[in-house]
Amino acid sequence: MQAYYLTIVLAPLAAAIITGLFGKWIGRAGAHWLTNLAVGLSCVLSIAVFKHLFFDGGTAENINIYTWAVTDGLRMEVGFLVDRLTALMMVVVTFVSLMVHIYTIGYMHDDSGYQRFFSYISLFTFSMLMLVMANNFLQLFFGWEAVGLVSYLLIGFWFKRESAIFANLKAFLVNRVGDFGFILGIAGIVMISGSLDYATVFASAESIAAQNIEVIPGSPWNAMTVICILLFIGAMGKSAQAPLHVWLPDSMEGPTPISALIHAATMVTAGIFMVARMSPLFEFSTTALAVVIVIGAITAFFMGLIGIVQNDIKRIIAYSTLSQLGYMTVALGASAYSAAMFHLMTHAFFKALLFLAAGSVIIALHHEQDIRKMGGLRKYMPITYWTALVGSLALIGFPGSSGFFSKDLLIEAIRESHWHSEPWVYWIAYPSVLLGVFVTALYTFRLFFLVFHGEERMDAETRSHLHESPWVVTVPLILLAIPSAVIGWFTVNDVLFDNYFGDSIVVRSSHDVLAYMGESFHGSLALVSHSVQTPVFWLTAAGAFTAWFLYLKRPDIPAAIKDKFSGLYTLLDRKYFMDDLYIKGFAAGGRAVGSFLWQKGDQLLIDGMLVNGTANTIGRLAGIMRQLQTGYIYTYAFTMIVGLTMLLSWLIWFR
Amino acid sequence: MDLSPYLLSALIWLPIVGGGLLLALGDGGDVHSARAGMMRVTAFWLTMLTFALSVVLYMAFDNAAASMQFVERISWVAALDAYYYLGVDGISAPLILLTTFITPLIVISAWDTIKVRPAQYFAAFLFLEGLMIGVFCALDGLLFYAFWEAMLVPMFLIIGIWGGEHRVYATLKFFLYTFLGSVMMLVAFIYLYGETGSFDLFGFMNAPLTLTTQKMIFIAFLLAFAVKVPMWPVHTWLPDAHVEAPTGGSVILAAIMLKMGGYGFLRLSLPIVPDGSDYFSGMMIALSLIAIVYIGFVALMQTDMKKLIAYASIAHMGFATLGIFLVWRISAGMGAGLGMTGAMVQMVSHGLISGAMFLCVGVLYDRMHSRNIADYGGVANTMPIFAAFMVLFSMANAGLPGTSGFVGEFMVILASFKASFWYAFLAASTLILGAAYTLWMVKRVIYGEVANDNVASLEDLNIREFIVLGVLAVAVLLLGLWPAPLVDMMNASIEQLIQQIGQSKL
Repeated sequence: MQAYYLTIVLAPLAAAIITGLFGKWIGRAGAHWLTNLAVGLSCVLSIAVFKHLFFDGGTAENINIYTWAVTDGLRMEVGFLVDRLTALMMVVVTFVSLMVHIYTIGYMHDDSGYQRFFSYISLFTFSMLMLVMANNFLQLFFGWEAVGLVSYLLIGFWFKRESAIFANLKAFLVNRVGDFGFILGIAGIVMISGSLDYATVFASAESIAAQNIEVIPGSPWNAMTVICILLFIGAMGKSAQAPLHVWLPDSMEGPTPISALIHAATMVTAGIFMVARMSPLFEFSTTALAVVIVIGAITAFFMGLIGIVQNDIKRIIAYSTLSQLGYMTVALGASAYSAAMFHLMTHAFFKALLFLAAGSVIIALHHEQDIRKMGGLRKYMPITYWTALVGSLALIGFPGSSGFFSKDLLIEAIRESHWHSEPWVYWIAYPSVLLGVFVTALYTFRLFFLVFHGEERMDAETRSHLHESPWVVTVPLILLAIPSAVIGWFTVNDVLFDNYFGDSIVVRSSHDVLAYMGESFHGSLALVSHSVQTPVFWLTAAGAFTAWFLYLKRPDIPAAIKDKFSGLYTLLDRKYFMDDLYIKGFAAGGRAVGSFLWQKGDQLLIDGMLVNGTANTIGRLAGIMRQLQTGYIYTYAFTMIVGLTMLLSWLIWFR
Repeated sequence: MDLSPYLLSALIWLPIVGGGLLLALGDGGDVHSARAGMMRVTAFWLTMLTFALSVVLYMAFDNAAASMQFVERISWVAALDAYYYLGVDGISAPLILLTTFITPLIVISAWDTIKVRPAQYFAAFLFLEGLMIGVFCALDGLLFYAFWEAMLVPMFLIIGIWGGEHRVYATLKFFLYTFLGSVMMLVAFIYLYGETGSFDLFGFMNAPLTLTTQKMIFIAFLLAFAVKVPMWPVHTWLPDAHVEAPTGGSVILAAIMLKMGGYGFLRLSLPIVPDGSDYFSGMMIALSLIAIVYIGFVALMQTDMKKLIAYASIAHMGFATLGIFLVWRISAGMGAGLGMTGAMVQMVSHGLISGAMFLCVGVLYDRMHSRNIADYGGVANTMPIFAAFMVLFSMANAGLPGTSGFVGEFMVILASFKASFWYAFLAASTLILGAAYTLWMVKRVIYGEVANDNVASLEDLNIREFIVLGVLAVAVLLLGLWPAPLVDMMNASIEQLIQQIGQSKL
């Protein structure tokens, strides 16, 4: 299988390098053929690997490819760990990536940076695969930062736009805050366990948990808690959890295909994947899991609320992504890692679908992104309409859709989880995810109705040009709509209850809520038919109905609500003033510190007083000394006599 | 015939003699004359030949040996028992390779940008190259000092003659700072000579010294080396020197001369006065961390690109000194070696990256005669190839994995976690600060709409610039993706050094 793994990883890399360096020579067609074929090959082989592991009962493989460096007894390797967890991610990543590659041919058709774009997204595919296939922390960190780099390049793809290059710098820096924690966590692991290798580290989890780290001198903290929280800070950056979420909405400045690929389906889920991968460590720290679940719950609920007041089609979906990532994080915190991974998978399909559908709308309207200038697109764009409907239903968890299985069971897992005995955690987590369902349905169908139904609010010129997008755009939509609709049916039992992940995910028996739920699980059909008895269903229905009522039936009401609750509206519209805090607080503060240290420290104190001060003092002293050198022999003779007398007297009297 | 006993001498004297040749022949005062052209070509091939010799050194170098290799030892000043004593180990050999790798690139980059006295300019760099290799090879105190001080002269001339507007202030500051520091080193050498009766560095290392003496000697060395690194608070000469130096001068200064300080600590301070180093290690770590954090903030606010990169250099070199002095804070197990290897890798990598960054600024300066960030904007529109290089090197400067900039920082951060959580915390802040100051500059210079007519009329890289930056890009990526060859070279020597300094002299 090693040849498979290498091909899966290296094909997109080779395509990216060739397209990036020789884009001019291979031309536009060459660029898209090369990258599409390379990613297609990766996708086919990934599916083969998945088949081998799942259907053919193959065993997980852990192989080193080459030694990066060895020093001080620390082996730093580059290698692959391919188990079922990895295989699932490989399939999701390469499949969505392939869809996005095809879609890009249509979406970026008129862009002058066509080759550059294909080079970047292929490079992204390579980086993401390196991340998910890593068998050690070094390579994980490499992939982690490499996807960050590509994200930076792609958000700033249209580098002439001030907003784009602001957003990409912001994204990189906020991610670096997360990575700051992440690298400290890795350092802690290496220094306690003496290894970067997953297998070795996981094997020594118990001994790590038995040690302490004195973060505050005098009060030892459990090493595993410190390490897991540090690692999770990394996940908060990459998976945009509050308060490190601020970069994701701005990242929508990038072209829509990458919003789908990077900022919805794959890269932002890297944090979720990482925590699931590290489950053998997180299981040893209840404190860290409490942090995870609380952060996730806050993100899931409060970010969803912002989605309700946004008017930019991509930003609404971005806030939805934040909220859904929060759901996954909550599941991680409840030790329901499989549920998080399951939602990650279904979300990758339906969220990529929604973004690509939004992109289809955006090009149809000549790069208009404001939903107040849309409406009634159903009849002009039937394929986009129906696929977007599938995506929306999956997002709100309509019974039977893929999102239904993943989200419904995720919420149930929270309800049944071991946190039940820990009221303050439980009463933050459970209500958040439950009420989040209503919020999700509300913003999703607000978007859907305002874009596809109701009056046509675009100008006549635009309306006259409206038409369905070309096949390179619609085919990926259809191909993504299929799994969005049905994949839950076939996979829910295997992934959640039939130990699909095997040894790749470790759960303590006292935390194992999915095993408990599995006892009362009687298949997909039973789950769907019982769904009407759950509060989740009614909250979903209420959300969708509210959206219909407010935005189609009585469009005057939202404006009235906005006036009535202007304080709340402002709070949401300004995103809880988090951006202001970062930009006016941290960024400006950092610059002020820099100015102070430079002007007062370097220029005034060191250079002004010490360096040039010394020079001036010496200059002044020299000026005085110079007076002694009169050039008259008698002065020197006199000085000599005085000096000689003093020296002699000293020798006579004091020796 | 086995020529290896003369290899180091050849590496030192080939460029120096060649430089003398260039000086003697001269360019006839005309930049465009055939003679000036011939001098350029000669200079280039001399540096290439030196590089080829260093490749021979690399091939013949025994990674497994911890002791000195290619040793040459001839009596030099018999009256003082001083020897012409050369040798390299895993600590000096990588720095020699760095020197011989960077110098030809400087010659190419200066090809048609130096309009005044080109022959003398190239001669100065050849002298400098030989003398710097001399420092890395010398195993005799007097010889070391001679190379160390002689190095200042060509550097002084490079800034003083080919420098910018305020070059006189900058050269004086540079010279006085570094000279005052190194005089104290000479005093320490003379004292050690008095104790041991020779200038042999190994004699110094074996000399029993009291703690008080060790502290005094450490301070004397510190003055010499801290200025060179430079460490906070004796760093303020560096931004001025960089700003005024011509591109080649900045490159050699950042890429190699700063490494003299780190090398000095490893070669002299640690093994000669281990207990003194131990005594001051807390202070050294504190100064290193100040360099990383304080200077990171200062770099953020720079408006001059060269100053920004100069400050970034100080912050990055903080990792080198941090990695070196962590050894005293790690009692057992993994960490000490990791820190020291990280420090060495950081020095080599910083040589490549800062050199590349200064060359990038040089490319822009040659076209627009401004180093001011505010004068730029949207360069990517007119110079896309250049922009790609600049972004790559900036990412390396920000320590992105896959580039050499990551390797050393990663190792040092790992090691510092072993010593203390807070060391690692402060050191890792470079992930944020380094990215902030570097990428903010990239945003303002490279990205955006074309800012003005000057930017609109920029021309992309010419073939020579492309080769120089391309070679550096390959090196930065290669070391980032596969640092093993470099690390393997150092391991044995670093292991031995750690063992050696573990033995107290008291």
